Amino acid sequence: MHDKTLSELVTSLAGGELSSRELTTHYLKRIQHFDAQLNSFISVTAEQALVAADAADRARAKGEAGPLAGIPLALKDIFCTQGVKTSCGSRMLDNFVAPYDATVVERLNAAGTVSLGKTNMDEFAMGSSNESSYYGAVKNPWNFSAVPGGSSGGSAAAVAAGLVPAAMGTDTGGSIRQPAAFCGITGLKPTYGRVSRYGIIAYASSLDQAGPMARSAEDCAHLLGAIAGHDLRDSTSVARGVPDYLEALDAPLSGLKIGLPREYFGDGLDADVEAAIRSAVSVYESLGATVREVSLPHTHYAIPAYYVIAPAEASSNLSRFDGVRFGHRCKNPQDLMDLYKRSRDEGFGDEVKRRILIGTHTLSEGFFDAYYLKAQKVRRLIRQDFLDAFEEVDVLMGPASPTPAFDLGAKKDPVSMYLQDIYTIAVNLAGIPGISVPAGFVGGRPVGLQILGTHFAEAQLLNVAHQFQQATDWHRRRPALAEENA
Amino acid sequence: MQWETVIGLEVHVQLATRSKIFSGASTAFGAEPNTQACAVDLGMPGVLPVLNESAVAMAVQFGLAVHADIPEVSVFDRKNYFYPDLPKGYQTSQMYHPIVGPGEVEIGFDDGTTKRIRIHHAHLEEDAGKSLHEDFHGMTGVDLNRAGTPLLEIVSEPDMRSAKEAAAYLRAIHSIVTYLGISDGNMAEGSMRCDVNVSVRPKGQEAFGTRAEIKNVNSFRFVERAIAFEVERQIELIEDGGKVVQETRLFDPERDETRSMRTKEEANDYRYFPCPDLLPVVLDNAYVEHLRDSLPELPADKRARFENELGLSAYDASVLSASRDVAEYFEAVKEVCGDAKQAANWVQGELTGALNRENLAIADSPISSRQLGELIARILDDTINGKAAKEVFQALWNGQGESADAIIEAKGLKQVTDSGAIEAMIDQVIAESPAQVAQYRDSEPEKRGKMIGYFVGQVMKASRGTANPQQVNTLLKEKLDALL
Repeated sequence: MHDKTLSELVTSLAGGELSSRELTTHYLKRIQHFDAQLNSFISVTAEQALVAADAADRARAKGEAGPLAGIPLALKDIFCTQGVKTSCGSRMLDNFVAPYDATVVERLNAAGTVSLGKTNMDEFAMGSSNESSYYGAVKNPWNFSAVPGGSSGGSAAAVAAGLVPAAMGTDTGGSIRQPAAFCGITGLKPTYGRVSRYGIIAYASSLDQAGPMARSAEDCAHLLGAIAGHDLRDSTSVARGVPDYLEALDAPLSGLKIGLPREYFGDGLDADVEAAIRSAVSVYESLGATVREVSLPHTHYAIPAYYVIAPAEASSNLSRFDGVRFGHRCKNPQDLMDLYKRSRDEGFGDEVKRRILIGTHTLSEGFFDAYYLKAQKVRRLIRQDFLDAFEEVDVLMGPASPTPAFDLGAKKDPVSMYLQDIYTIAVNLAGIPGISVPAGFVGGRPVGLQILGTHFAEAQLLNVAHQFQQATDWHRRRPALAEENA
Repeated sequence: MQWETVIGLEVHVQLATRSKIFSGASTAFGAEPNTQACAVDLGMPGVLPVLNESAVAMAVQFGLAVHADIPEVSVFDRKNYFYPDLPKGYQTSQMYHPIVGPGEVEIGFDDGTTKRIRIHHAHLEEDAGKSLHEDFHGMTGVDLNRAGTPLLEIVSEPDMRSAKEAAAYLRAIHSIVTYLGISDGNMAEGSMRCDVNVSVRPKGQEAFGTRAEIKNVNSFRFVERAIAFEVERQIELIEDGGKVVQETRLFDPERDETRSMRTKEEANDYRYFPCPDLLPVVLDNAYVEHLRDSLPELPADKRARFENELGLSAYDASVLSASRDVAEYFEAVKEVCGDAKQAANWVQGELTGALNRENLAIADSPISSRQLGELIARILDDTINGKAAKEVFQALWNGQGESADAIIEAKGLKQVTDSGAIEAMIDQVIAESPAQVAQYRDSEPEKRGKMIGYFVGQVMKASRGTANPQQVNTLLKEKLDALL
């Protein structure tokens, strides 16, 4: 059962070959059996899942089921879920049960999907390896000594290991695409504003965007269709029609103009990763696409700009975690200041504290112009780079990450960890969509091909990714764990 | 040395929207603690703000009323600081691009003079909650009902030179926002509060002195008293060789003094930056013009019209235009009776006196504008005299009749203007007062004028107040002089 993609499961459910209860039970069993090795879940909600599965089966029997009714999936623990713990990977929210559903969750529920639980993540989505979670690191299903990537590492590992057919992630600087690449699955970060952020615990509000993580572009198209669209509760969500993402998948690629950003193939890129990416690009050429080199001249400012803007927003977004109304509160506070200091000291981990301090510093009087305003100017230039490139080519391609998944504990210096996101981060600054698709292996670890498009070009990205997946089988490769039965 | 006071005000006006500025929760005052705070107001993780359009409209209306520039684009910023009644750890406000640009307000004084006070800008922001220290032994309670209530913060230039001017400015703002209906202006409930910046400098010196900011003063009277105290404190301090330090102070109305809250060194660095959850507010011209067309006549225009078209004194015009309710009442009375001066006298005199005695607002007056207008009309057409009019007024106030006419009829207060009847009464009074007549006759001619008062009184008494006093006067003089 778990060898099927979400799209295949949709067909099986519709054809009555499978019930949602069977499917849900199957995956719950797999989670119970295998997750101890991976640590990809923070909470498993078996009871609620079975109730939802039965409801989906009943709806189907009455002919009232939507296209995704009965499909099991998992949610990154950053999505607020009514009545279920939403920890954001932090001790700060270890006791937090949200009183409402995020819009993404609401829409998935409305589509009939069945949530099996909440997946592990870097604390408050800050990290590229999933090692900053209060609940411990997640292991990469392809190699237990490797990281799954971050911050949506739990979602990526769970999908790759066949514990769920799909999962939701969020991407602030690469947090869907990089773990998708490390775990050999397909992950889509939509255009900023395409999917509502309501109910997603904010890391950096102007960069965060939710998106699907699954085994294929087609699976992602199913899910994006369910979660995209304007939301009155999120002023930054865009009022713009949602296209039929499935319909666009089969368009032929002949005449497609692909740009390879020179800056994405320079120093620091692992030679074997580069070979895998170039080989993937040649598949596109065989499908009728033309390839040319382009330049994104401000790329090397992306990481510094990101590490000014994201921590600035984070320092403010995380102020509400003060021990007063919800979340962790220290024992026996002496006074108000002690309550704030100790609650936050005990509740937050090192990486979160580091970014809060950076953000607090860059927004301070006397530094604001030099850091924050400057970074915003750089951000405009980076965005313009992309817009200029898309005048010449339809999509951009490059690696999702400079190396395959690294070993747990390998990156001790925060800056070397930050450099992991060198190819993904500019995309968030520009607000454009990006997708990572499996495109080979290096030393037994997956490599991800990143495809970028202009604002609201998700249908095109899914089409471009899907055609590649029709021509190759990288996305069909599975780690040993996924081949085992529970 | 001669000192000059320099005052600037930051007035916080609670806008009368039905729901909060960034959420759908109600803004009604006085509910049980924490019953009017939704997930957004509580700052729960993941929630997002959505701007209330009516708060924007109200802010723009204010801007138009003070002849301010309305920038096309304004931006919300986050003001970051920790406080238990600030749920998100930041207040969403406007720092760099406020919704209302520079404008001005005219303030009027009792002697009819006016002065223009410049407004630096006005910006929208959300209110914080309230910390409750009573009822919680050794702990603090937090009520977030007020969190997210829309505020318009109106920042003046340091253009005021006395406590009196500051109070007049605050009254002018109060009158504008209540005229516009964008705030109930209730200072006791905190709908309007202000921070006062005060400094002193030697007369003639251009540079400002170091200022102190007095926080959260919530009545017109307290503004005057806080400034008076603060000015005296600063002058004494400097004259004793000390220096004013820049600090935030609190006014204690019980002790009638200000005291230090925190100095500049202890002040927060608010780390303002644009709120990434809200889009910039873009106002197109048509929208602003639509709001401009919907503005009511404002106090300054009304005052000018009362003076120029209705011929009222500067003082009357200023008093009657200060509140929209009073102005509307006055204009209705004037419409009914047709005489602005009389209407002004009665509204400011008899009616205001009675309302003040019973501590009533004009909106709750037991006498309607129509009733008062009809009463005045009966004076003007000589149906009743002034004395009877006061009796009719009292009867209307007590609800003893539906209209002035009904009361005049019932009480027989109709003025006697029949000269034959008045003459008869005069003859009788003269006949019954031989001693006074003799005294009148023996007086110096210039003192007789005074003595006539006795006879007038007797005749009025005989008529039970209904005789026309002018007629009585004239006829009496004729008859008495005939006896000389």
